[in-house]
Amino acid sequence: MNTLDTDVLVIGGGSTGAGVAWDSALRGLHVTLVDRQDFATGTSGRFHGLLHSGGRYAVKDPGSARECAAENRILRRVAADCIEDTGGLFVSTPEDDLEYADRFLAAARAAGMEVEEVPVGVALRDEPRLNPRIRRAFRVQDGSIDSWKMISALLRGAQAHGATVLPYHKVVRVIRQGNRVEGAVMEDQRTGEEVLVQAGCVVNAAGAWSGQVAQLAGCEVGVRPGKGVMVAINHRLARAVLNRCHLPSDGDIIVPVRTVSVIGTTDHPVADPDDTECSPEEVHQMIEAGELLVPGFREARALRVWSGSRPLLPKTEGPAGAGDREVSRSHTVLDHGPRDGLEGLVTIAGGKFTTLRLMAEDTVDVVSRKLGKEAKCRTRTEVLPGSESHRFYWIGNRQQEAETDPPDDPLICECELVSQHDLDTVVARRPAWRLDDIRRALRVGMGPCQGGFCAFRVAGMLHQEGRYGRAEANSALREFVQERWKGVKVISWGAQARQTRLDRWIFEGVYDLEHLPE
Amino acid sequence: MTEVAWGVEAWSEVRASLDSCIKCTVCETACPVAAVTELFPGPKTVGPQAERFRSGGHSPDLSVDYCSGCGICSRVCPQGVRIAELNSRARSELKRERGAPLRDQLVARPGLLGRAGRPVAPLFNWAMANSLVRWAGERTLGIHRRAPVPRATTRTFSYWVGHHSGPKSARRVVYFHGCSTQWYEPHVGRKVTAILEHNGYQVVIPKQGCCGLPLQSNGLFPAARKAVTRLARQLVTGDASNLPVISSSTSCGLMLKREAREILGADSQELRSVSARTYDIFEFLLELHQRGELRTDFKPVPLTVAYHAPCQQQNQLIGKPALEILRLIPGLSLVELDRSCCGIAGTYGVKREKYDIAMRVGEPLFADIHSEGPDLVACDSETCRWQISAATGANSVHPLEILHRAYGGS
Repeated sequence: MNTLDTDVLVIGGGSTGAGVAWDSALRGLHVTLVDRQDFATGTSGRFHGLLHSGGRYAVKDPGSARECAAENRILRRVAADCIEDTGGLFVSTPEDDLEYADRFLAAARAAGMEVEEVPVGVALRDEPRLNPRIRRAFRVQDGSIDSWKMISALLRGAQAHGATVLPYHKVVRVIRQGNRVEGAVMEDQRTGEEVLVQAGCVVNAAGAWSGQVAQLAGCEVGVRPGKGVMVAINHRLARAVLNRCHLPSDGDIIVPVRTVSVIGTTDHPVADPDDTECSPEEVHQMIEAGELLVPGFREARALRVWSGSRPLLPKTEGPAGAGDREVSRSHTVLDHGPRDGLEGLVTIAGGKFTTLRLMAEDTVDVVSRKLGKEAKCRTRTEVLPGSESHRFYWIGNRQQEAETDPPDDPLICECELVSQHDLDTVVARRPAWRLDDIRRALRVGMGPCQGGFCAFRVAGMLHQEGRYGRAEANSALREFVQERWKGVKVISWGAQARQTRLDRWIFEGVYDLEHLPE
Repeated sequence: MTEVAWGVEAWSEVRASLDSCIKCTVCETACPVAAVTELFPGPKTVGPQAERFRSGGHSPDLSVDYCSGCGICSRVCPQGVRIAELNSRARSELKRERGAPLRDQLVARPGLLGRAGRPVAPLFNWAMANSLVRWAGERTLGIHRRAPVPRATTRTFSYWVGHHSGPKSARRVVYFHGCSTQWYEPHVGRKVTAILEHNGYQVVIPKQGCCGLPLQSNGLFPAARKAVTRLARQLVTGDASNLPVISSSTSCGLMLKREAREILGADSQELRSVSARTYDIFEFLLELHQRGELRTDFKPVPLTVAYHAPCQQQNQLIGKPALEILRLIPGLSLVELDRSCCGIAGTYGVKREKYDIAMRVGEPLFADIHSEGPDLVACDSETCRWQISAATGANSVHPLEILHRAYGGS
């Protein structure tokens, strides 16, 4: 068995794990990060993309609001390339209590947020599709953040400081020596080979799955996955993040992220974090909720629906029967030494994407102390790879680049403007296992056609370049198309239904996808 | 008639139509510009695709300026995406942000050139035919030295109107003649008036300005909005507020019918009213004919005429009424030129950087004209006529000039 020695083994390649890897690596620790799948495939890759200003938590959860406000400022400094400075609005719709707006303003200021009330007329001028019946509007520092770019930047940064990252390495056994965790055995999901990683400290950063990882180590973490459903709309309905100014509930945020608008979300406790089914009722609920912020929302083209599981860790395992929004959205670092008498294992639980840096700092503070290798955290000021110019990502970036693409570099994904050169660059950097890995890196297949026109091109090119054998290319294509279909089937009406029909003609009529040779 | 949206709402509907694109690529195969140049990536690419990357702020793409605005994409789209309208809007954002060159400001105001040329028409026409002057015009302004330019006249159409007294009639129409008739081709206006009067109509011709179309196609929206709103006001003055409005310029007619609403997002009471009552001259005559009211006292016209339906006429979605009327004329040998675009697209083809593209776009049409060798080419749009004559040497006329001749005019 292959054996690796490392200071810190991080289990989980989402935002939390990637943040921990980056922080540890900057402090001079040797890190190995593993994930059962590709990176950012769990909750981090399945959220709405909101970089919180803190407004959402201002009234109900001031601690989280303060954290968000502070972390928002830091991330804008160190990760500009992953962030779009859309700004945000909190608006009182006709259904929202005006008295809440006063509380909101006071609480937002108390949380250290930059907030200003703007006249309704100004808000409507800036956002022509906003409900004209809104009664108050507040401008905040919301933004949108690209989770895949962010996690990729964190991991590249960590690797540049000596970290090892292993995707598709699923933990099958945690190695214990008495009351001490000494590492874990991973199985490579692609080859079936096992790898032993011996570590000074293991960080359980598996988010909604951290209960499962803890069980492998023989202890309990009462994480409670809270499912949230999101729907992506084909284009930007607003320039800024639109929030309802009321106590957080379902479907009250519309986030302009990359080429789409995402409405979210619901909150529903689930037993299994891998339960990502979205029901037509949940979708309906989102679409109807969108109508209140943007009249005509239900006529807009829904592209895709998906869900993610929040990794909620209720205080003292949470009061029974309380909704998940009753628990704090702050995070907790659990040192299993004092907690369970199990040394060498730390779980970081709870939290949210916006506070990933702080979560990592708090975690690595504990880890480095345990390892006796204390060093100052540097992630507040260290700029992530790709963000050196401190220029925020802008929605027009790809269109602008496409203008200067040489004519011999054709577009592969027309919806998201991905060229052959882009594909080659990404595949050369990190071999892809599934087409879905390329999607996360490049957004291939994420536009209106949902892979109808690009999936076969990508599979074909990877085959042509010898990266996929015939059978591999065929099954990768089939798997990708199935995966895309999952997010479309519940919203197949109107334009997206016509698209789906055309896509199916292509895949069944032209390629006979179901009967491609193995 | 179904209710249509106006103003900001109309534009919102156009933008929302990008959602209907299913990437089928029909528009890309029909686009005459993308077929001849790599400078224009194609209507799907520049339209519904690029629109997803535009959201306030600044314009990410310059290539949209290579869209000629012929509108074929919107017409062929099986899903109802308003591609050309999206492009037009994006171009105006581009111009708003980066400013429009003096050249675009000039060609967008046909009245300016007409007014300047009128008092010195012979000199103006000599200068426009002088290669040295044209060379200088290309170097300093960017107007291609071989691009077609209209001929100035000393007597405007409104001068003629002032001296004309037609018969009174209970049946009246308003004539919207447009800038070209006013400044360059007053004979077209005289013939339109004669044809309508021959059919028993009293023709009301109010003093009128530009519809703003060239401003719009050059991305100068605020000025275009002002122009069309003002024109609508002029066309409803006096007791002429319920009459049919007849246009003999296809692109200007389309401006009143649809583009003011869908592209400019303009809105006024007068505009709504005029828009609903605007007819293309042949659309109007064909309706008369279908009601049995068109006079058919035609004399034979022993000519071979090749007819080209211009894009902006096709975009009115009224078929080819000129063809149907001309078919009634005895002795006339009529050839339908079944080609999409002559390339000029208003002022697109006069620009130095676009002249060659426009010529390549028109090549199939020019080739057909050469092989047919007609006595006359008939085309409803003035700029297309100028392009066709310049490119092929053929004599081109408005189809109503042939009708006028059949009615015994000269």
